[in-house]
Amino acid sequence: MMVPNIEELRLKYLEIINSYDFRQEFISLLKHYVGRPSPLYFAKRLSEKYQSKIYLKREDLNHTGSHKINNTIGQILVAKKLGKTRIIAETGAGQHGLATATVCALMGMKCIVYMGAVDVERQAPNVKKMKMLGAEVIPALSGNQTLKDATNEAMRDWINNPVDTHYIIGSVVGPHPYPDMVARFQAVISEEIRWQLEEQTGKENPDRIIACVGGGSNAAGAFYHFLDQEKVELIGVEAAGLGVDTPETAATLTLGSPGVLHSSRSILMQTDDGQITEPYSISAGLDYPGIGPMHANLFKTKRATYLWATDAEVLDAALELTQLEGIIPALESAHALAVLKKIRLKPEEVTVINISGRGDKDMETYLKHFGY
Amino acid sequence: MNRINKLFQEKNSNILSVYFTAGYPNLDDTVPVIQELVKNGVDLIEIGIPFSDPVADGPVIQHSSLISLQNGMSIRKLFSQLENIRQSVEIPLILMGYINPVLQYGVEAFCKKCNEIGIDGLIIPDLPMDVYEEEFKSIFEANNLHNIFLITPQTSDERLKVIDNASSGFIYMVSSNATTGTKTSVSDFQKQYFERINSKKLKNPRLIGFGISNAETFKNACQYASGAIIGSAFVKALEGTGSLEKKVSGFINSIAINV
Repeated sequence: MMVPNIEELRLKYLEIINSYDFRQEFISLLKHYVGRPSPLYFAKRLSEKYQSKIYLKREDLNHTGSHKINNTIGQILVAKKLGKTRIIAETGAGQHGLATATVCALMGMKCIVYMGAVDVERQAPNVKKMKMLGAEVIPALSGNQTLKDATNEAMRDWINNPVDTHYIIGSVVGPHPYPDMVARFQAVISEEIRWQLEEQTGKENPDRIIACVGGGSNAAGAFYHFLDQEKVELIGVEAAGLGVDTPETAATLTLGSPGVLHSSRSILMQTDDGQITEPYSISAGLDYPGIGPMHANLFKTKRATYLWATDAEVLDAALELTQLEGIIPALESAHALAVLKKIRLKPEEVTVINISGRGDKDMETYLKHFGY
Repeated sequence: MNRINKLFQEKNSNILSVYFTAGYPNLDDTVPVIQELVKNGVDLIEIGIPFSDPVADGPVIQHSSLISLQNGMSIRKLFSQLENIRQSVEIPLILMGYINPVLQYGVEAFCKKCNEIGIDGLIIPDLPMDVYEEEFKSIFEANNLHNIFLITPQTSDERLKVIDNASSGFIYMVSSNATTGTKTSVSDFQKQYFERINSKKLKNPRLIGFGISNAETFKNACQYASGAIIGSAFVKALEGTGSLEKKVSGFINSIAINV
């Protein structure tokens, strides 16, 4: 059904994103509008605690508060080159919706964001920001009314509007070329880590990179330029929710099996009959029942390791970072921090943790759990 | 001969094809709905396999899929319901569903079972053509199953040619850029699209679907193709109280009255 929508993008995206004009505009906006490069920060007190060298890649300091803007800047420029006038997006936690609404305001494009009705409730501040930016936020009322359902609604919209509309998918999922295109836009994260690390330590490769994984876009970006550096250990962290031995979880690679969802052939959480199950995580940005095909491949080839963290472990890790370093991370990013307790770190090793987003949007959850 | 080919050989206009979701409104309604449709003279039936994430479908079929799944429908269950269907039904039967449940059942086992039961074709809107050609085609063919491809107003002439060559039953002509159940009348834009397709001298006959909901839209669509497919409007007619017999005959009579 979506062949005509994707065909144009598939044939043109590489030519567009490799063109001189595009590169200039993309790099300029990342620098002057987003605020890149984002700092690579040596976390001294966290390092002391874990008896190792821990650096934080501060994607939380980007404009709009997460790595999502790297992709939306890239895609809005692609949409412009394709002559599109209307933008649609899906969002879970609201970070991608916010980043999309932002670039639409910047470029004067009409913006429609689909968001599960449940997420509209639990991420109210982001909904208000999107509306203030001029976007229309449409609650998805089907299914469990979360990220998967918002994605279904966005795809239905695209099928209904194939000519004037570009769909800005927020992660490394969906039909080709999205997983590749989104990974390329997020690759700026690892590109910067390399030169920043060399500047600070004299060597460009860390021993290990850790990033949280829902669909997997911030991890794809953080891993990208290290994929062929076999000595760099790559660790993705999935959301285990209440635990991988409960149904209330979103640990796709840990529990899932091969299948097709949203035009991606990857690993999914599903029943024996092939019905997609509803994932759960305390972080709305990670409760997707699939995972980008790139991660399914890295998992299968064992190039990357995928661990998980439960809601409780994540809350502890968020509080720890806040009180040791003065940085309140997003719940999603706190998953990456939570595995510091689960892996063995040597004193001389360098670990980079991608802090994909800031915790402003999660304050209500934090306050509820910590009782301030 | 495959029953789909036989149908188009015997009838080349006003073909009425009806879609419904298996296991809806009640789990065991699948076979009774088929039998009532046959009794009321429809030419072809598309049996929908429910999926948790039906992205090509509008609200009506989303809802019927959800209810059907809650009723306990699965491919296994559907096959057991259809086990003896060919003892009472002779018209062509098509299964329509999304690829993931089929993959989990196993493509080869699925197609073999379809053949045993007497299914004539499959419509899988999220099965890409290249994947079909590489991995599925030989299995479909070995089991006497036609793969029915969809085209939309955005389908290029080039792709249309490829689809015509790859098709062997009929081509499913999606009436507009839309998910199922979108309200529509035949606009100038659609007319141009239908006429463009008809001017291509395709080897396969076409049926028009999506947005066909009553006698008027059915009649209009039939001017541009061998017939038309009704889905959401029929599924909606199955809602509520009353006997299946009355709901089916009431709806089909309202469509076929002018044919």
